[in-house]
Amino acid sequence: MNAAVKPPQNHVERARTMPLADIDVSDITLYQQDALAPYFERLRREAPVHWCKNSLYGGYWSITRYHDIVAIDTNHKQFSSDHTNGSFVLDDTTLNAVEGGISLPNFLGMDPPTHDDHRMAVSPIMAPANLLRFESLIRSRTKDLFDSLPLGQTFNWVEQVSIPLTTMMLATLLDFPFEDRARLTRWSDIVTTRPGYGLVDSWEQRTAELMECLGYFQTLREQRQKLPPRADLISMLAHSPAMQGMTPTDFLGMLVLLIVGGNDTTRSSMSGSAMAAYLYPDEFAKAKADPALLASLVPEVIRWQTPIAHMRRTAIEDVEFRGQQIRKGDKVVMWYLSGNRDETVIERPDDFIADRANARRHLSFGFGIHRCLGNRLAEMQIKVLWEEMLGRYSKIEVVDAPLRVPSNLIHGYLDIQTRLHA
Amino acid sequence: MPKITYITSTGVEHVVDADSGISAMQAAVSHRVPGIDGDCGGVAACGTCHVWVDPSWLDRVGPARPGIESEMLALTDGRTPCSRLACQIELADAHDGLLLRMPTDQH
Repeated sequence: MNAAVKPPQNHVERARTMPLADIDVSDITLYQQDALAPYFERLRREAPVHWCKNSLYGGYWSITRYHDIVAIDTNHKQFSSDHTNGSFVLDDTTLNAVEGGISLPNFLGMDPPTHDDHRMAVSPIMAPANLLRFESLIRSRTKDLFDSLPLGQTFNWVEQVSIPLTTMMLATLLDFPFEDRARLTRWSDIVTTRPGYGLVDSWEQRTAELMECLGYFQTLREQRQKLPPRADLISMLAHSPAMQGMTPTDFLGMLVLLIVGGNDTTRSSMSGSAMAAYLYPDEFAKAKADPALLASLVPEVIRWQTPIAHMRRTAIEDVEFRGQQIRKGDKVVMWYLSGNRDETVIERPDDFIADRANARRHLSFGFGIHRCLGNRLAEMQIKVLWEEMLGRYSKIEVVDAPLRVPSNLIHGYLDIQTRLHA
Repeated sequence: MPKITYITSTGVEHVVDADSGISAMQAAVSHRVPGIDGDCGGVAACGTCHVWVDPSWLDRVGPARPGIESEMLALTDGRTPCSRLACQIELADAHDGLLLRMPTDQH
């Protein structure tokens, strides 16, 4: 089975022939079928700054070339991620009180100077001493988990590997009661969903569950406030002077950022790891023979998978960009998924290459002031994962077409039927 | 055009004729000096342009600024009072002869 490599032929044709103005790369069905590539390719070539007039989310600009994405991402003065301008994802309902959604403000959706204070309240979690501590935990958990995986028997890698490892990591970052950690997975999943995609039946249900999340964490924060400061995110938020005036809305917004940004993304990279190992067995063998290649392999996994398909900004004034007139208030979508496949910047961009030169040259962590704070932790988890994969198996087999997350934001998997070979 | 010397962890010197007004990170990256990454593009958001300013230059360059630069440096290995993020050092003619030492690895 090699169906995952090429996009469905009907989409190659459709992308090539349909009117340029009608292309809508926010279409969820394209993500379910992994059929984006030919559309992004055409946009990069013919309309690198492309206005899509009609979509489920209204009109929006698509930025598809690597260097243009960097230019927008580093220009927060004209292209804002602030929650008062609509936040940083294309679907307004995800983070704003629009339709049935609720307001979830956090520092990814803030401009300086407030952004800086909020980011600095939690950045200490990534201090070297903490990373060292996390590393030994990650190693022992990953080893234990792989000890429990069957050989020659089919199982869902997402449920048995990606989700357990990343949920445990998130529970540790938050010092969340371990036995309840499945709730973190659930809350993470419902933030980025809408009614009708299989996770919640109504907006009211989504809101109710997010309120439960808030209540749970409010209790934890009260407890941590009374204790001396500790190296976990809730204690940091409880003790940070900048966060003392946090409203419940602010707190929930911050939690949502930590829960989704710090978990769903690495989950996707872990799932992508199984796909890459299966689709590129020669690269797997190369890395198995030379573990030093992990230095390039790990960033390559993150590039190849591109866990966050896009980030959105809002133009806060009229801007001319590459000859296009972007109007104040327009949504501007940076398609990381396209930039990471930009053939003018990255050689053979569709391929997973274990020893790729300049493997760190990718957009998956973003650029500029909002660049992913957790990137070192993400890389550490992926590195340890691959050490186990390379050390234990000669081959990782995926036995059926994978099921993908129905999202134009979270570029991940729901089900990868995997078989491991010693 | 200040001359900036970047010294690797093994003592190899890379001398750059830098433009005034750009950051020490930009000067390094544009001249392909190995040892400075600048992953975030130069806005103190990634900590991969960590350098140690030679003690004889610290007064003239200044220590790390409080706020985002100091917070990001707190996340790097081997932070000392001479530590700066190269992207936050704006080069001027007065920096001619500046010596910056680089760690073995920025990751």
